[in-house]
Amino acid sequence: MSATASTAPALRPFRSRRFDLASFVFSGLTGLATFLIIAILLVILGNVIYSGGASLSWRFITSGTESDMFDVRKAGVLPMIIGTTARVLLMTIFVLPVGVITAIYLTEYAASTSRFTRVIRSAINNLAGVPSIVFGLFGLGFFINFIGQHLDGVLHGTDTVWGKPALVWASLTLAVMTLPVVVVATEESLRAIPSGLREASLALGATKLQTIAKIVLPQALPGILTGAILAISRAAGEVAPILFTGAAYYMADLPTRLSDQFMDLGYHVFILSTQSPDIEKTRPILYATVLVLLLLTIALNVVAIFVRARMRRNLRMLQ
Amino acid sequence: MGLKRGHQAHPIEWLVERGIFLVATTAILMVFLIFVFVAREALPVFLGQTNSSLVQEVLPVEKMNTLTPVELQKYLGLSAKQYRELDRESIRALMEVKIEGATEASHDKDAGLNTTAWRYLIGPHQWTGYERPAYIWQPVSQIHKYNIVPLLIGSLKVTLVALLFSVPLALGAAIYVSQLASTRAREWLKPSIELLAGIPSVVLGFFALLVLATLLQKLFGYQGRLNALVAGVALGLAVIPVVFSIAEDALSSVPRSYTQAALALGSSRWQTAWQIVLPAALPGVFAAVVLGFGRAMGETMVVLMASGNASIVSGSIFDSTRTITATIAAELAETVFGGHHYRVLFMLGTLLFIITFVSNLAAGQVITHLKSRMEGKR
Repeated sequence: MSATASTAPALRPFRSRRFDLASFVFSGLTGLATFLIIAILLVILGNVIYSGGASLSWRFITSGTESDMFDVRKAGVLPMIIGTTARVLLMTIFVLPVGVITAIYLTEYAASTSRFTRVIRSAINNLAGVPSIVFGLFGLGFFINFIGQHLDGVLHGTDTVWGKPALVWASLTLAVMTLPVVVVATEESLRAIPSGLREASLALGATKLQTIAKIVLPQALPGILTGAILAISRAAGEVAPILFTGAAYYMADLPTRLSDQFMDLGYHVFILSTQSPDIEKTRPILYATVLVLLLLTIALNVVAIFVRARMRRNLRMLQ
Repeated sequence: MGLKRGHQAHPIEWLVERGIFLVATTAILMVFLIFVFVAREALPVFLGQTNSSLVQEVLPVEKMNTLTPVELQKYLGLSAKQYRELDRESIRALMEVKIEGATEASHDKDAGLNTTAWRYLIGPHQWTGYERPAYIWQPVSQIHKYNIVPLLIGSLKVTLVALLFSVPLALGAAIYVSQLASTRAREWLKPSIELLAGIPSVVLGFFALLVLATLLQKLFGYQGRLNALVAGVALGLAVIPVVFSIAEDALSSVPRSYTQAALALGSSRWQTAWQIVLPAALPGVFAAVVLGFGRAMGETMVVLMASGNASIVSGSIFDSTRTITATIAAELAETVFGGHHYRVLFMLGTLLFIITFVSNLAAGQVITHLKSRMEGKR
């Protein structure tokens, strides 16, 4: 990368003195497209920060909500923050080991040309493209109606404990959805590690597994961290997969067990925007809730960008 | 990586490595399970085993004592568990309700139809009270009408608007960032545009509902606030980062020797970008658009909140529109578990899975092929 930067000026084309209209128009249009996208992003963020910031208060973040969620003076989002945090942390516990091990297999063990490796890669790509609502249907059809109901049959007889929407099912559904994010980020960081490090370790008599555990994985840690952050950020904002697998419209108590339902920030944004009896009146709490959700997801994204940039710089120095 | 193991592996290491291999197959297993378990709930629809006809053979209440529990359970359309939870009185009440329903429904000539048969799911039908044969999705009306054509058209219409809005912007930006911008500008432009992907779709839906809808209504002066245009533009915002990332990646993977040769021959930067780089990366750009299509078809929250959700067949983008995804999200919670409405919604989910699976697979193939050609492996 640094090599390309230094040679770039030498590659400048010979510039004719004549004004080149086509070139001007072309650069202008593509530049305008870029500018427009950034502008839209800034407008959305600005709109939410400006209007949300005005109505965001410490009380709003640290208090629960009454059964009438649309009462502007009493509304709070603490139960939603806790619900969303709980489901993404649980998801991270499920997805991280599987994602990291898959990435280790793909970089350290698999022959890149074998048919099996290609099938795994294609499965990961496809998993990334499955619509989020289909993950919701899958969570309902597999985790709740299949695994949950069979668990109930074995453990609880006729009672329904697991065969209904629950925190654990929502987390597992999200874990399946974010698996590709973790795999791709971890794989990138594993591939960036110079093979000289592995070879030195093997030459000193370490086994392959020791090399991976003691040399490769510590080096890949920032990449794994990036993957986890991106997965959390992606999952924290998703609503469609948890609609039928665990999110509750309203709950008086906080979730305490894995089989409990939970209130969720994103779902709450949906409820406030579409079910409000008077949208003008509830607008302040809607904006404040969106701001909290955006702070959570965008902040995590920015952190991931920085960790990744830092990692790339360090690895460049290593090479 | 390609090194042979120095030592004979310890048995425990051998086991661990088997374990790693097994875990690595999870992704394959999951794609398989998603298909199987979504399709499983929809299977009765595919096999023509569901029956939504309201006119069914009714039995007198006294029969309750002569039928076996299994027959009774089947007759009342209950699951084994539901049946077990009912006492005699409630079963009697259910049988009476069934007789009442049958006498009421038989007034309508459509009551006897099994509306979950494929000819009613796909073809138009002359319903009572309609002037001409029509495609109707009305699952909660007295006659359950399950025609999926309005939803398909709705999804395609919103997707088309989204692509028309997002593809030119995303491609323009991809060309600018990969070919024309300085290395310095590129370093912050790329993550900034990709930050758009970090905005949750429910927030895009909220933005469409509160800000965009008002803005577009003022601009075009149409009647209904929410329609395919609002949903399409908001959906475009979700599609931009997808198309941009893939297209930028494809354009950047064109070997430097191509651009260097073109520049050395005296062509300007834009000539190089337009006539050399873009044609070389065209399959990748195509794949980016296909992936954008898949993303737009599958996006739920944005369309659920911004499209208006009226299931009408119309070519106008200023009409309220209902998509496949929004229908599933809005209706599944209210269906009877295992009933025909529930099954039809899972059938829509299966359809959606197949559409996105095929477009992903196709795009993936194109990208792999392009990458290997660019690296000169062919």
